Amino acid sequence: MKPAAFDYFRPASLSDALALLAKYKDDCKILAGGQSLVPAMNFRLARPAILIDINDIAELDYVHADDRGLHIGALTRHAAFHRRVVDGPLGALFSAVARHIAHYPIRQRGTFAGSLAHADPASEWCLLATTLDATVVAKSARGERAIAIGDFFNGTFSTDLEPDELLAEVHLPPMGQGWRTGFYEFSRRAGDFALGMALAALRIEAGVVREARLGVGGVSDRAIRLRKLEERLVGGAASQEMIDTIAREAWASVSPIGDIHATPEYRRDLVATAVKRALTEAAA
Amino acid sequence: MNWIGRSLPRLEDPSLLKGNGSYVADRIGNAASVRFVRSPLARGAITGIEIPSGTVVFTGRDLSGVKPIRPILHRPDYVAIGQPVLPVDRVTFCGQAVAVVVAEDPARAEDIADRVFVDIEGENAIVDLDAALATGTAPVHPEAVSNVLVEGRMKTAGLDTAFEEAAEIVTLELRSHRQSAAPMENRGGVAVYDVASGRVTLTASVQMPHMLRTGIADALGMTESDLRVIAPDVGGGFGQKMSLFPEYVVLVWLARKLKRDVAWIEDRRENFTASAHGRDQAFSLRGAFAKDGRLLGLDADLRSNVGAFSCYPVTCGVEPLMALAELPGPYDLAEYGVRSRGVTTNTCMMAPYRGVSRPMLTFSMERLMEVAATRLGIDSVEIRRRNLITAFPHRSPTGLVYDEGSYLQAMEAAAKSVDLPAFRARQAAARLRGHFLGVGFSVFSERTGYGTPAYAARGMEIVPGYEIVDCTMDPSGDVVLRIGSSPHGQGLKTSLAQLVSDELGIEPHRIRIISGDTDATPYGWGTFASRSMVIAGGASKLAAGKVAHKLKTIAAQLMETTAESITLENGWARVSNSNQATAIGVLARAAYHQSHRFKGLSPGLHESAVYDPGGTFSNACHVAIVEVDIETGGTRIERFIVVEDAGVLINPMIVDGQIAGGVAQGIANALFEEIIYDESGNLLTASFADYLPPTSAEVPEIEIIHMETVSPESITKAKGVGEGGAIGAPAAVVNAIVDALSPFGIQLFELPATPQRIREQLRRAGVATHG
Amino acid sequence: MASKFNIDLTVNGKSHAVSIEPRRTLADVLRDDCGLTGTHIGCEHGVCGACTVLVDDKPVRSCLMFGVQAERKAVRTVEGLADGDTLHPLQQAFWENHGLQCGFCTPGFLMLAAGALEENPDMSDDEIRDVLSSNLCRCTGYQNIVKAVRIAARALRAGPRA
Repeated sequence: MKPAAFDYFRPASLSDALALLAKYKDDCKILAGGQSLVPAMNFRLARPAILIDINDIAELDYVHADDRGLHIGALTRHAAFHRRVVDGPLGALFSAVARHIAHYPIRQRGTFAGSLAHADPASEWCLLATTLDATVVAKSARGERAIAIGDFFNGTFSTDLEPDELLAEVHLPPMGQGWRTGFYEFSRRAGDFALGMALAALRIEAGVVREARLGVGGVSDRAIRLRKLEERLVGGAASQEMIDTIAREAWASVSPIGDIHATPEYRRDLVATAVKRALTEAAA
Repeated sequence: MNWIGRSLPRLEDPSLLKGNGSYVADRIGNAASVRFVRSPLARGAITGIEIPSGTVVFTGRDLSGVKPIRPILHRPDYVAIGQPVLPVDRVTFCGQAVAVVVAEDPARAEDIADRVFVDIEGENAIVDLDAALATGTAPVHPEAVSNVLVEGRMKTAGLDTAFEEAAEIVTLELRSHRQSAAPMENRGGVAVYDVASGRVTLTASVQMPHMLRTGIADALGMTESDLRVIAPDVGGGFGQKMSLFPEYVVLVWLARKLKRDVAWIEDRRENFTASAHGRDQAFSLRGAFAKDGRLLGLDADLRSNVGAFSCYPVTCGVEPLMALAELPGPYDLAEYGVRSRGVTTNTCMMAPYRGVSRPMLTFSMERLMEVAATRLGIDSVEIRRRNLITAFPHRSPTGLVYDEGSYLQAMEAAAKSVDLPAFRARQAAARLRGHFLGVGFSVFSERTGYGTPAYAARGMEIVPGYEIVDCTMDPSGDVVLRIGSSPHGQGLKTSLAQLVSDELGIEPHRIRIISGDTDATPYGWGTFASRSMVIAGGASKLAAGKVAHKLKTIAAQLMETTAESITLENGWARVSNSNQATAIGVLARAAYHQSHRFKGLSPGLHESAVYDPGGTFSNACHVAIVEVDIETGGTRIERFIVVEDAGVLINPMIVDGQIAGGVAQGIANALFEEIIYDESGNLLTASFADYLPPTSAEVPEIEIIHMETVSPESITKAKGVGEGGAIGAPAAVVNAIVDALSPFGIQLFELPATPQRIREQLRRAGVATHG
Repeated sequence: MASKFNIDLTVNGKSHAVSIEPRRTLADVLRDDCGLTGTHIGCEHGVCGACTVLVDDKPVRSCLMFGVQAERKAVRTVEGLADGDTLHPLQQAFWENHGLQCGFCTPGFLMLAAGALEENPDMSDDEIRDVLSSNLCRCTGYQNIVKAVRIAARALRAGPRA
């Protein structure tokens, strides 16, 4: 299990990286954390001719918050979220979710943006980004464009990024103090990818849900935002009865995939459970 | 000073802790890299192999003079199958080595292997056990038209009557899915060619180095003395590293052919696809119970999927024949009927894996007891109480003789340790809050430390069992023990040193143990079947005892007394009831340098001994307390208790380590690990992302209670303990899950009891997650 | 064919000049080019953790990093853990508490625990068990590993090494 040969570049600046991308396009892959890419290369499932290692590009290593929300540079590692990167519910949610991502050593290397670019449907960050209206900033030698997360994932391991584009930043809108969140994931072992998971965020005022975000992951070829159920939640109380209703409708609305780890029927059961538990946590 | 019974920190550890362990991959030196090209299909005819020009690649045609690996059982119902080291015309499982590449480094060898194209005319593969038994199936091997490679049957005279008289007949279909031992170190070998002598030294990660040498020499038609096999530090084996695999034969062939050093270090994907599997078994059981819960008769149809070939030397009979012989387990059963078959399929070969059949047969018997208890309205503990063996020696219906054990006492101690009445109250209260807790018991026997008679009874052509140990005390009073056995990480050297220390009255660190080198150790069988402490330990005690006797004789002559009045302790030979003493070092020096003084004694202190015992049964009771999440099917083991009787403990810390490690593998068997093929015979679980050994987050603390029944069948008074943890745990865990889910009337008869399988039963029982 | 890179690798404070293809993982470079075979390779896909080493004090899978990426970084392996003949408190605790059997996973567990305890010396017992779930062991059933790390954590908190 040794990787096929490749050429290697480690540019020191973003502009150098983008120039290399422009030059090699489909022949090259970006190496950030490498925690998904390198296993695929060791199995020779991925055989890029050229790797562009962005780990020396200091200008991509940042995470900061401003009144527009949270900005996460391409080199921000999962472990950066062990501590709260922003005050309030968003930072707390990031910390809680980060602890479900693989294991401690993987989190030291793997990056948030890399998870999105890799587009594994069972990825926690893909679910979080999908549910919380993230925007992806893609940069290339041609310029820069913002991609709404709903337009970003094309399917399993497939995104809207062009061959010469680098996922440079992920932006999340701010989440005020009125928001509460819940996350539930079921996996076989600690650190495994989710067989089913859900993320919920509710803004509740005087017992009434004013805004809601609800997404599920590990179910199909990408994370799914359950917008209709969000609409059902808004305007009422996040009661046990309402939560059960939403879980039932989530169960009915998804058409999960089956694989060796879980049949469609089982995944559907997990989705309902995950939605119920994530909402219960958010409503608590 | 007694060393036996102390938790001495292991002598093996300091080098391992500092990174100075020496595993096979650490001994490659300048060897060329070997990579095997493996079949992408499970079954078909090889029509051509395209080899890239300018590369060093060999195929089965190049190795046409090499004999296939063909282990033999002398039984009328056994069909011998030869496994070609590299096949010429047919592939029989996906992952089978079909060509071998030699290159300057592993990556380049893999580059070349990627470019070797094997043309195969694919055929429908037979993957599933019962599909292989269906009539009209094209046989995997023409020699075995029914796909049955070995079959055993027996029936006692009164079985039919037992069923006629039964108050309750319980019929069960049980299934254990396939597993891999998955040692942390994969297989691997380095074959070093000595130009001067033409000898080859094969260093390999194996459990039976002497057997490997015999097998390779036979296959290549070379004399054994031209081959030296070394087992260095071995990173776990659990049975997987017992067998002779084609790769090792090819390595030695390559070294001789190319007259250069070659190394193959298996990768994890190869280990999953092409090493060995186990536990792929389907059992159909009928139990005849009296009204009071006594098991009157047992009728069983046992099928084991042995894969594409028969493992050398123990053969594909290892699972089916173990199942046949030991199914009754710890229960006093009079009437028994059984048919047990080993079935060949287009899958990776079955070979022994820690426990061998007994995890499944214990699971089966313990599920049977639970179902019968429920139907008859008898408590779980009580039904076992009425059936366990209590008189010794006990003769089972299959003729096995059980020595002294503590079956009933161990179970009673286990029941006491969980405080069953208190647990039932807690369980009831938890259910009201929607928490489902259950308790599960598993009582079993573990036949350990058996010598040649047991293996001969199976009809094995190669009959393992004994161990030879050479014990030498040098002139300075230090000891070298050369053992034929070969540890794979279990701390055998420390335990043997403790045994020998007590015989010779010197400290363990003055005893050096040499193992795993055919040039430096007497012929021996290695490590498997929970035998090392009993058999290698017994031989060590005997050999050291002979040296001790000679030391005492010398001491007696020097101090003008009798040998019987001498004791050896703390480095001294002391005359009892006197102050007279001589240092053992002085005696040792005299034995070599003043030998003329000792009439009737040969010079030096060198003795050899053989031990070949009949076998001894360990026993244990496992108890699991498990919580089940009825919405996800997830499980959490809250407590796990082991009451173990493995006789006298030589090193309690090491014994506990064996138990805890075994239980972890048993929990894996119960809940997590499963080798899955698709219907074409492609392996779908070829990584640790798909095959799931549990981590520290899933394995609970294991609580261990010891009983120490002393058996006359073991001269060290120790019984074997290597496999018991793995044997008992699956039954205890699944019984606990079923108990937890008893409000829903759910039964489980399949291993592993994955969340999906548990949830499926709950869904069928009407427990929805979306209400 | 990709050209080789000539780099200086700092391992356990010592510089190693190596000439390596970019495809060589850090695990292979440490073992084959630096001769430090204490770092073991168990799966080469980042799950088992036998190859865990510290890179700039963080535990990482050396099978999921290329050797060239470790240029200008401080790599620490199991060979650098003991202080001469004095075992590191983790090594001592593993020895005294039977935290290893075959020893193959042991270097990875030691480096994982060393890195995690350096980042957070005050890990709770539960946090220790959680961090240790990063690596696989097939022999011990984990409990003696967990116990050894808890004991070593206390020893490390109690005072600096002699």
